[in-house]
Amino acid sequence: MTVTVERGGRNRGTGVEARHLPAGPRRPRDSYALFLLPGALAFLAVVVVPFLMNTGVSFTDWQGVGSPEWSGLANYRELMDDTQFWASFRHSLFMVVAMAVVPTVLGLVLAAALFDFVGKHFGSRTAAVLRACFYLPQVLPIAVAGVVWSWILAPENGSLNELLEAVGLGSLRQDWLGDPDLALYSVMGVMVWVQLGFPLVIFMAGLQRVDPQLYEAAELDGAGWWRRFWHVTLPQIRPEISVVLLWCTIAALKVFGAVYVLTKGGPGGATDVPSYFSFTTFFEKTQVGYGAAISTVLTVIVLLLALAGLKLQTRAEDAEEGGVR
Amino acid sequence: MTALRRYPVLLALVIGALFMVLPFLVVAVNAVKSPAEYAANGPLSLPEGVHLDGLKDFWERVDYGQKLVNSVLISGSVALGAAVLSVLNAYAIGIGRIRGRTWVLAFFVLANMLPQEALVYPVYYLSKEAGLYDTRLSVIIVFTVIQAAFGTYLLASVLGRFPREIIEAARIDGANKWQVLWRIVVPVSRPTIGVLLVFFFIWTWNEFLLPLVMLISNDNQTVSVALGVLQGQRLMDATMTNAAALLGVLPAVVFFLVFQRTLTRGIAVGAVK
Repeated sequence: MTVTVERGGRNRGTGVEARHLPAGPRRPRDSYALFLLPGALAFLAVVVVPFLMNTGVSFTDWQGVGSPEWSGLANYRELMDDTQFWASFRHSLFMVVAMAVVPTVLGLVLAAALFDFVGKHFGSRTAAVLRACFYLPQVLPIAVAGVVWSWILAPENGSLNELLEAVGLGSLRQDWLGDPDLALYSVMGVMVWVQLGFPLVIFMAGLQRVDPQLYEAAELDGAGWWRRFWHVTLPQIRPEISVVLLWCTIAALKVFGAVYVLTKGGPGGATDVPSYFSFTTFFEKTQVGYGAAISTVLTVIVLLLALAGLKLQTRAEDAEEGGVR
Repeated sequence: MTALRRYPVLLALVIGALFMVLPFLVVAVNAVKSPAEYAANGPLSLPEGVHLDGLKDFWERVDYGQKLVNSVLISGSVALGAAVLSVLNAYAIGIGRIRGRTWVLAFFVLANMLPQEALVYPVYYLSKEAGLYDTRLSVIIVFTVIQAAFGTYLLASVLGRFPREIIEAARIDGANKWQVLWRIVVPVSRPTIGVLLVFFFIWTWNEFLLPLVMLISNDNQTVSVALGVLQGQRLMDATMTNAAALLGVLPAVVFFLVFQRTLTRGIAVGAVK
């Protein structure tokens, strides 16, 4: 995700406009704000007001009925001592590995291999079909992916265990989602499968931008595939890499559906994540104030990451413009 | 590169791709087995015949047709509503260049990234107050706005590069802003709007948390919610889970085949300008 923060190009645009409409281009321009009105009202009602309410409620003690009682920072102080809270955020880090780090690394290698290897030697059609296979899980609703995998990972009659049995590795049969030591890794494996297609598609699109002459020059200089990957491909698609990492990290922090369907945070909280923790606190324990505090912490982390990403982006754009400013 | 080195790489990629689609294949193969056959031979054998009773049973038990109707209705309405809202917002920001547009745009981007967990309880509470709880309309309203945040951001950057000359020419010919929007900007931006419609539809189809909270009665649930809840209750046996998996996968595969080009092109557009 990037934001186009309009810079130099804008002034040129205004110049053209001023030539055509010499009589004060300022006034009519602002009446465009009317077009923003429906959107602004809708966002106020659906995003801004609920968000402020949620933040407000996080400073209160509230069970969802009656009126909330102001309790200041009590919820946040309680969070600091809540081992379940810390565990859920620790599991989030595992999710970041499974949904951002691993898919990005694998996606880079796969994209480079598909683009300049399969695409070149076997035709772009073959590359497109392979890319489609890797991308397919991305269009699947996460709830459905969860149903598919809990069926495959089932301890009795599950495909994975049957497969292990069939190839003579029956001793490796596991209760993949029911063993507290294993469940988190099983969920991580499913998330890699779900997420991989996203970086792959973006990187393959990015690679089309790279000047083929760079590769030819590197090849003439005797660089092998890995060295070209390291010294040409990686630096050239760095913008895509940072966008993908940021976007996937945020997605990993928000992961909910997969945990709900696969493990319900269990066994024994082994796969609990912040969003699932806040969901159960809201709707099962009905400790709305406490749930709001959890989701507020999550929101702050996500928004800080997003802001850092936007900063990085605008700085990169400034640099691309050759340091005009 | 010699063939000797070329083929192992291709082979590795093909095996990787197979691993990605294998779950779909295993699900499809087992959905046509009878429960007895599944119990006797396990999930890895090829089916002895086509046996669709499991699917039919599941379809009737969860009233799957109704779930599909709900999902199509919700996703379709959201796609249209969010596209209209995005166009209006982006027109003001990208072409109108209203003052403070950088901030407005940053606001939409942040709204898009906001975890839904931070909205879910107040939305649940407010919709109860407004008498909209457990209606499809409530989910349509919420997602129209949430998806429009992304649409505004994407369209605003596309419209920011819209050729000014065309708009100026139309204005000189006497078209007002409303006419310029619908007769010129929207038709010219049709490809981007098309990508947005597809994205909004599929994203809404896949949404889970908010629909799970908002749609509790069977008649209103979407495909995702119904399947997720059933799985979460741990009441399904292997055959039923398998039927659920196949019926959940099929619409997604259909969308994928229909929209594949739009999707892959659109993702690239959305990710890096």
